[in-house]
Amino acid sequence: MHNMFKFFVLVTVILFVSSPIMAQDKPSLTPPEGFTALDTPNDIGNSISLLWQASANDKEGISYIIYASPLEDGPWLEQDRVLSTLGFKSDAPQYFGLSEENETWHFYEVTSIKKDPTDKNPLPITATTYFKLAISNGTDVIEFHSIVSAAPEGNWFDTSKLNVLIFVSIFSILILYFISLARKNPNLFIRHIPGLDAIEETIGRATEMGRPILYLNGLLDMSSLSTIASTSILGKVARKVANYDSQIMVPCYDPIVMSVCQEVVKEAYAEAGRPDAFKEDNIFFITNDQFAYAAAVDGIIMRHKPAANLFMGYYYAESLLIAETGVATGAMQIAGTDAITQLPFFITTCDYTLMGEELYAASAYLSREPLQLGSLKGQDYSKGFIILVLIIGTIASTAGSAFFINLFRTF
Amino acid sequence: MDSTILGGWIAAGLTLFMFSSLYKDNPFYRFGEHLYLGLSVGYIILKVIYANIIGGLYKPLFEDHQYMLLIPTILGLSLYTRFFPKIAWISRITFAFIVGYGSGLTIPRIIAGGIFQQIEKIITPLGKTGATWWEVFSGIVIIIGVASVLIYFFFSVEHKGIINKISRVGIYFVMIAFGASFGYTVMARMSLLIGRSYDLIEFATPKYYYATIVLLVLMVLILILYESMRKKEEGSEANA
Repeated sequence: MHNMFKFFVLVTVILFVSSPIMAQDKPSLTPPEGFTALDTPNDIGNSISLLWQASANDKEGISYIIYASPLEDGPWLEQDRVLSTLGFKSDAPQYFGLSEENETWHFYEVTSIKKDPTDKNPLPITATTYFKLAISNGTDVIEFHSIVSAAPEGNWFDTSKLNVLIFVSIFSILILYFISLARKNPNLFIRHIPGLDAIEETIGRATEMGRPILYLNGLLDMSSLSTIASTSILGKVARKVANYDSQIMVPCYDPIVMSVCQEVVKEAYAEAGRPDAFKEDNIFFITNDQFAYAAAVDGIIMRHKPAANLFMGYYYAESLLIAETGVATGAMQIAGTDAITQLPFFITTCDYTLMGEELYAASAYLSREPLQLGSLKGQDYSKGFIILVLIIGTIASTAGSAFFINLFRTF
Repeated sequence: MDSTILGGWIAAGLTLFMFSSLYKDNPFYRFGEHLYLGLSVGYIILKVIYANIIGGLYKPLFEDHQYMLLIPTILGLSLYTRFFPKIAWISRITFAFIVGYGSGLTIPRIIAGGIFQQIEKIITPLGKTGATWWEVFSGIVIIIGVASVLIYFFFSVEHKGIINKISRVGIYFVMIAFGASFGYTVMARMSLLIGRSYDLIEFATPKYYYATIVLLVLMVLILILYESMRKKEEGSEANA
């Protein structure tokens, strides 16, 4: 009996001592403040954002439960459970920007609504929907009384891309200004491009050897800048070819590019006073298949052994196959491409290579077309602006200012 | 004959035909080239007919009554007016649509991904807390590299004096990048060659009745015969 009494006292003491600890393990749950629902900004109208302030509730083991209903009075259906330590406005800067305050607000994006608890294919959210919030510590669930609602709406303007718009606008104004300047004065200065001198040399060499010149436009269609630049250079090359009374072959990958090239070469021959020498059959379509095109061009190079190969335009993996065959036949080769991944192959296999923007510059240099000339000048000034931003931005960020980094942040 | 074995013989034969171009232009390569070309054009035409015209236009338009498709159809057909000089201007509407739509989608994406993200990554603090000397050095190298490469691609100023020196630094950076890219791609091409070689080795096994070996021997014999006949022909032409 005495032992029983001692045991009882011991258990009572242990329970008394441990009660505050146990009370701490089971957190007290208070309603969060500022629970709101709003149409998610900067979206296409397919989601609603739920926001509520972070509070003392937020710790391990506590989660928020989100309920939704199409009607204000319910029925309420649990949609999701989110850990109280996760999901903040700062996780979605594309919607809410980069404010420090965003770290103190919980954020949950609702894109679909379950129609029953076992719904595996919830319906996309389209109309006004009502939401309720509850908090749970794993055993208890406390529902809060405030009911909020919102309807998803598409936004015409994505404010997260405002910096891109400003940048595009500044560059566009610069380019338009230089285009108008080039219209007034087509002799705007463009530096000498060494590869261009070589074109005349190759045509002369082909004439002396009595072999044709092979000209490729790349694998893109007429909407591509590199193809436009390539056809522009083709016009100048064809004119020189006509003057030298040589032959030019243009196997094409795209039928529209082929018809444009035929017109360009025909015009060049007419300008050179040799319309009779123009052979339409020398500008022909091969195929729209990349490697079949490469095989055909390789065959042409091996059979006709052109004295000069000019590869202008955009290329893919076939670049090395074609240029390598050209080297094997001993042809003089000039390439010009804005395909960064293919440039190393052209540099190693061609005598001259116009790298990236040099292709456009060459086109502008030869054609003196105000649009191309103005664009090139405008881009030069844009590059100057970028260099300035890089230098000032690095100094500023080293000094502790995140202003420049935030200015160029994209979401 | 089992279709797998027949397929093996065709694959081995066509691979050897294409590889024969390493020797020089020959009838085997020409056969392979023209077969490939013909197949590709035929395949593309059928793909356009079935996927684009029937699957993408005819069925949705006439069976599902999606009349909105008439707009892209008219725009697409108007491209063919280029072949009729008097009404060729109509095609410009479609081109304007393609260019406008393409630019609207592409320009913001390129500026955001190609310029902004790069600027954001480059203008990081050089001496942030805990940064090693190597990290600081790398940051400086990146700044110098980007700025000098951009100066190389300046076309409005003559490359003389200090500009010439900076642009030369830029071209060294470009060449280092190209060298790395070249090595990486060559390795990828090597793996393709190894893959093709594995196939040829497999087709040379008894399972495929030694297809690679038989075809290779036959090709070599025919090429020797062809070359001797061609030389004889050339000789008789020269004598005549």
